[in-house]
Amino acid sequence: MFADKKMRAGTGALATIVSALALIAGATAADARDKDKKRDKEAETAAPAFTAKRESDGVFSSTYKPYPGVATALVGATVFDGRGGKIENGVVFFSGGKIVAVGGPDTQVPADIAVFDGTGKFVTPGIIDIHSHLGDYPSPGVDAHSDGNEATSPTTPEVWAEHSVWPQDPGFSRALANGGITALQILPGSANLMGGRSVTLKNVPARTTQGMKFPGAPYGLKMACGENPKRVYGSRGRMPSTRMGNLAVNRQTWLAAIDYANNKEAKRDLAKETLVGVLKGEILVHNHCYRADEMAIVMDMAKEMGYKVSTFHHAVESYKIGDLLRENDVCSAVWADWYGFKMESYDGILENAAFLQREGACVVIHSDDQNDIQRLNQEARKAQKAGQRMGIEISDATAIQWITYNPAKAMGIHEMTGSLEPGKMADVVLWNGDPLSVYSRPEKVWIDGALMFDANDPKRRPVSDFELGQPGEGDVK
Amino acid sequence: MKRLLALAVSGLALAAAPALAQDMIVTNARLVIGDGSAPVEGGTVIIEGGKVVFAGKAAAGQTYATDVVIDAGGAWVTPGIFATLTSLGLADVSAVGDSNDIRAGNAPFSAALDASTAINPTSQHILVHRAVGITRAATTTQPAGSIFAGQGAIIDLDGDANAVMQPRAFQMVNLGEGGAQLAGGSRAAAHTLLRAALREAQALVGKTGTPQTTEIVKDDEVLLGRFDAEALVPVVTGKQKLYVAVERAADIRGVLALKKEFAQLDMVLVGVTEGWMVANEIAAAGVPVIANGLNDLPESFEQLGATQSNAGRLMRAGVKVAINASTLQDPRRLQQVAGNLVALTRMPGATGMSWDQAFAAISSVPAEISGMGGKAGVLKPGALGDVVLWDGDPLEVGSVPVKVYIGGVEQSLESHQSRLRERYKDLDESDLPKAYDR
Repeated sequence: MFADKKMRAGTGALATIVSALALIAGATAADARDKDKKRDKEAETAAPAFTAKRESDGVFSSTYKPYPGVATALVGATVFDGRGGKIENGVVFFSGGKIVAVGGPDTQVPADIAVFDGTGKFVTPGIIDIHSHLGDYPSPGVDAHSDGNEATSPTTPEVWAEHSVWPQDPGFSRALANGGITALQILPGSANLMGGRSVTLKNVPARTTQGMKFPGAPYGLKMACGENPKRVYGSRGRMPSTRMGNLAVNRQTWLAAIDYANNKEAKRDLAKETLVGVLKGEILVHNHCYRADEMAIVMDMAKEMGYKVSTFHHAVESYKIGDLLRENDVCSAVWADWYGFKMESYDGILENAAFLQREGACVVIHSDDQNDIQRLNQEARKAQKAGQRMGIEISDATAIQWITYNPAKAMGIHEMTGSLEPGKMADVVLWNGDPLSVYSRPEKVWIDGALMFDANDPKRRPVSDFELGQPGEGDVK
Repeated sequence: MKRLLALAVSGLALAAAPALAQDMIVTNARLVIGDGSAPVEGGTVIIEGGKVVFAGKAAAGQTYATDVVIDAGGAWVTPGIFATLTSLGLADVSAVGDSNDIRAGNAPFSAALDASTAINPTSQHILVHRAVGITRAATTTQPAGSIFAGQGAIIDLDGDANAVMQPRAFQMVNLGEGGAQLAGGSRAAAHTLLRAALREAQALVGKTGTPQTTEIVKDDEVLLGRFDAEALVPVVTGKQKLYVAVERAADIRGVLALKKEFAQLDMVLVGVTEGWMVANEIAAAGVPVIANGLNDLPESFEQLGATQSNAGRLMRAGVKVAINASTLQDPRRLQQVAGNLVALTRMPGATGMSWDQAFAAISSVPAEISGMGGKAGVLKPGALGDVVLWDGDPLEVGSVPVKVYIGGVEQSLESHQSRLRERYKDLDESDLPKAYDR
C-alpha cells in the first residue's frame, strides 16, 4: 500500500517510469494501448516538475564584462609579442577592447587617440599564471578561509574551485599591480588524486566570482601524483597509501567514468560529468606531478583511458624526460628555483625549464604562491639565465612566452589572449623597464583594453573590501 | 610563516686561519665594500692569511707579492652574503621528518636547545647556497613546544668539519600569533610566560651547578624547564642577544617596552611586518630589525599593514635593517629581494633602498646584527676573506658567482644539483643508461 501511494503521488518522470514498467511486466495489448494514451496525455500535461539545468544550458556562467577603455597606442617601446617575437621601437594599438595593430615604428595609428610614449619602456601581453590558489586559499590565511582541498575523499572531481573562490582576496590586486597578471587559473589543492575543477579568471576585481570568470575558458581538472594523496589518505588508513594505490584508484575511477559515459540511462553524477568532460576533450587535465617516472606512468594511464594531459604542474623532474613530454605534447609548468622541501622535489634544478626548451617541449613558469605570482617575470629570467649558462639559446622573447602564450595555450585560452596579435583581447602590460630585470615593475596594466592599474594614479589601484578601514589601506603594497 | 628550508653549514673557528687559504689579489674589480658605500671602479682586494688586508682603489704602480692574481676584468666583486635567519644545516629535506632538526615539539626543552649541536656541514643546502655567494649565516631551530626557539648559531658555509663560528649566538622567542598559540592560546599568556622565564633566569644569575628553579608545565607539555631557565641567564644579563619574532605594530611596542622591566636585554626584532607604522619608536629604542623584505599581503591579522616599502621606511627612520631570509622560499633569494627593494625606488609612493643600501642589507648589516660586525659581510682590512666574483650585477635575478672564497679558500661550487645538471645536459643514452653518465 505504501508503495502504491508513493506511485500515485508520483508525478512527471516517476509516473512515466511506472507506466513503462507495467508494459514490460506483460500487460495485455489493450492495457498497453490504454497506458500509452495515458502516458501521452501525461507527457502533454505534466512535464517534470523539477529539473536541473545541464552545463550545456549555462550554469554559474561568467558575468564578466570588460570595463570601458579608450583607444590607446603605446609607441616607441620594446615589444615582446608573447609568441617569441620582439620589436624594437614598436607600436601596440588597441581599441574597443581588442588589439588592432602591432608593429614597428611605421605602424599607422589614428591621430585622435591616447598615445603613450614608451621610450625606454617595454610592452608585453598580460602575464598569465597557470597555477594559483588565490581566492580558494586567500589572505588572511585563516582556517575559515581554507577552501582549497576537499580532503575527505581521494577523488572529488565533483567539486569546482570557483565555488570556493573569495573574490575579495587581496592577493588578486597584488598580482595585478606588481606582477602584471591579467588572467589566472585557480586550482583545487593536491590532497586528492582528483581534486576537482579549476576555473580561469580575468584578474579584474568583481563582487562575485562569476564576475571574474574568463568568458569561454575551458574548465580544467586538477589531478595529483605522488606524495600528497598517499600521505593524506594513507595516514587515515585508507586507500591510497602508496603510489601504486594512487594509480589503482585513478584507473578504477576512470573506468567508472567510461561506463557512465556509455550509459544513456545513468542518473546525473557531478563527479563523472567532470571526468566525461575530460574524456570528450572539453576539460583539460592539469596534473600536479614532481617525478619524471610518475609523469611517464600518468601519460600511459591517459592513453589507456583515452584522455590527454594538458600540463604537468610542479614538474621539477621534467628535464629528465623532455623528449617524452615533447612526443606526448604535454606542457610542464615549473618553478625556477624551488627544490628540496619534500622528497619528490629533491632533484629540482635551475635548468629544468631550459632543458625542456632544448628538447622542444612546452615550458610554462608558474607560481603556486601568492607572493611568487607577483614576480613570474623574475622567475622566468632565472630559468632563462640558467639555460644560457649551459649554452642553450633562449631569447628574452622566449622567456616572456613562458609566462604569456604558453600558459594561455595550456589553459585553452590562446585564441583569445596570451599574445599581442590583432583581434585578441587587449590584455597588455607597460613595464617601466626590461620585464626580465629585477629592477622593473608594471607601470600600467590593461585588461580587455580597460586601464585596471596605473602606478602613477592611486585611483587605478584596486583595494579589496577586506582592506577597507584597516592598516595600510590603499598603500603602495 | 612559510616553511623554513634547512641548510647545512660548516665553518671554522674564527681565530684559526683556513688551512688551504692562499694569499691572493683581485684586481680590476667593480668592487662592492658591503657597507653601503658606492662600488669602487677598478678596485683591488688583497687577502693574506685568510683575511682582508686591503680593499679599495689601489695606488698606481704598486707591486705586491702574492700566491694568486685574479684580474676580474671589470666584473662585480663583493663580500660574501650573510644570510639571516636560516635553518641551514638543520634539515636535509624539510618534509622528511627524520632528516629535519628544525623543530623539537615533543622534546621537554626549548630555550636550552642548541642549534650548533645539530648542524650538518655538508648538507646539500649548504653546498647549494654557497654556490650563490652566501658565505656565512645565522641558523636556528624554531619554536615548537614553547615560545622559545632555542639558541642559534653563526656558521660558515665552507663545508669543512667546523661549521660553527659562534655557537649560542642568540636566543629567539616568538611573541606574535604563533607564540600566543604555543603559550596556551593568547598573547597575554606568551608575555606572562616570557616574563616568568626571565625572572626564573634572574634567580639563577651567579649560581652554579644543576639549576634549581621551578618548571613551568601545562599538562604534559614543558613550557619552561630548569635547563631552559638556565639557558636564559645570558639573555636576561644581556650577554646573549634575544631575537623576538613579532609582526603587529602593537606587539612591537609591547616588545620594546620589555626593556623597562629587563633593562639589560639586547634585543633584535624579527619579521616586523608592521614595523613601518612604529618606525620612529623602533629607531628611538636603537633596536635592529631583521625584516621580511617583500611581504605585502595581510596573510594574518598581525600583518594587515604589510607592504614591500616596510624595510625602506624603517631604514629611512634610522632603524638598522637586514633582510630576513626565513620567510623566503630559500635563502638564495636574498639577492632577489634586495634587488626588488631597489626597484621600489622607481615606484611612485613606494620607499625602497639604493643599490648600495640594499646590498648592505644582505651583507654587512646582518653580519653586524649577528655580532660579526667588521668581520663578515664587508671587505675591509681585518675582515674574513669572504670574496665573491660574479657573472653580472649581484642583485639582478639570474646572476651567479663564478668564484666564491670563504676565509681566503676557494670553494667548490658543486652539489647534487650541479651533478644532475651535468648528467642531463643531454638525453643521449645511445651507449649506456644515464646511470653511467657521471
